[in-house]
Amino acid sequence: MDPRITVIGERLTRIGRIVAVSSGKGGVGKSLVATTLALALSRKGCKVGLFDLDFTSPSTHLIMGIKNVQLKEDKGIVPPIVKSLAYMSLVHFSGDQPAPLRGVDISNGLIELLAVTKWGKLDFLVIDMPPGTSDAVLDLIRLVKRIEFLIVTTPSLLAFETVKKQVSLLQDLKVPIIGVVENMKTNNAKTIKQRTEKLGATFLADVPYDPKVEEAIGDVKKLLETVFAQKISEIAASKIT
Amino acid sequence: MHEWALAEAIITAVKQIVEKEKLRELREVTIKVGELQQVEKDILRFALSQLNLAAFKNVQFHIEKAKTALKCRACGNTWLFSRNKLDEATAEAIHFVPEVAHSYIRCPKCGSPDFEICAGRGVWIENIRGVR
Repeated sequence: MDPRITVIGERLTRIGRIVAVSSGKGGVGKSLVATTLALALSRKGCKVGLFDLDFTSPSTHLIMGIKNVQLKEDKGIVPPIVKSLAYMSLVHFSGDQPAPLRGVDISNGLIELLAVTKWGKLDFLVIDMPPGTSDAVLDLIRLVKRIEFLIVTTPSLLAFETVKKQVSLLQDLKVPIIGVVENMKTNNAKTIKQRTEKLGATFLADVPYDPKVEEAIGDVKKLLETVFAQKISEIAASKIT
Repeated sequence: MHEWALAEAIITAVKQIVEKEKLRELREVTIKVGELQQVEKDILRFALSQLNLAAFKNVQFHIEKAKTALKCRACGNTWLFSRNKLDEATAEAIHFVPEVAHSYIRCPKCGSPDFEICAGRGVWIENIRGVR
């Protein structure tokens, strides 16, 4: 018997809400939305954790410009506080090395980190998910009973097609969906909003494409000054807190 | 100490098994510790003794090491994990999350990082002995 699974609920018990930022497709700005959402919630005075579960392609540490974080142990692993967030990522362990993990390894790594990480008391834990609806998504639904999903898409119908499948799966499994964010918007089309509502999901907001975001990678202060971050902060204020 | 977190998980799991199997009395718990995770047996034993609930106070915890067998998916080579070949920082990273072995260890025959951890990954409960 694997004892780790039995303790996961206890590890998360002092966390108010657990929000998985997810998408059916990669490259839609999930990690940027997750990181900025966590930072925005923190700026509002909430205690926030950020957990990068995109094990094979982690990027939240790059977005925040984090290097050489020291882990603390206290009867488990205490996530280091960086940029005011309790922050956990596989990069704390794999460093700059690639992490070529198959599904079973992703599941095991995820279970291990959920079992040994001591988050303590948080108002929010924001999870940056890998794209798609494979192991990490299924494991989180199985193991984290209070999980809620915030789904990111772009105006592309290719991205939205995968979001449709994800929404359908979560609805079937009765997993709460906070709503859908349309990122990188370049016009005023209402197509994604209409299609989201047709699925029975909440359309949270559209976020305009903001070229300043790329220049702000690695600089949290600059990132929070972008139009992108202002939109995410509005979502945090009106739809999440 | 990371071992404490694992000890808490073991105690919680044992409690659940006792309840599920309706055991009146628990006598022995055998725990296997895979070499890959390099769990310190003494620390784990101490943590278990400190976390022991009153109901478990007479239970004997046996902690046994298990070899870690790795099998390359690219060439089929099989080999045993050895802590001695790793530097301190790498060994510690694998201790916390055994899956990062894929970031640091390669098949000694073909150099692939695509290997399977066939046995001896983490910590698990091998056996429980009690009275119904």
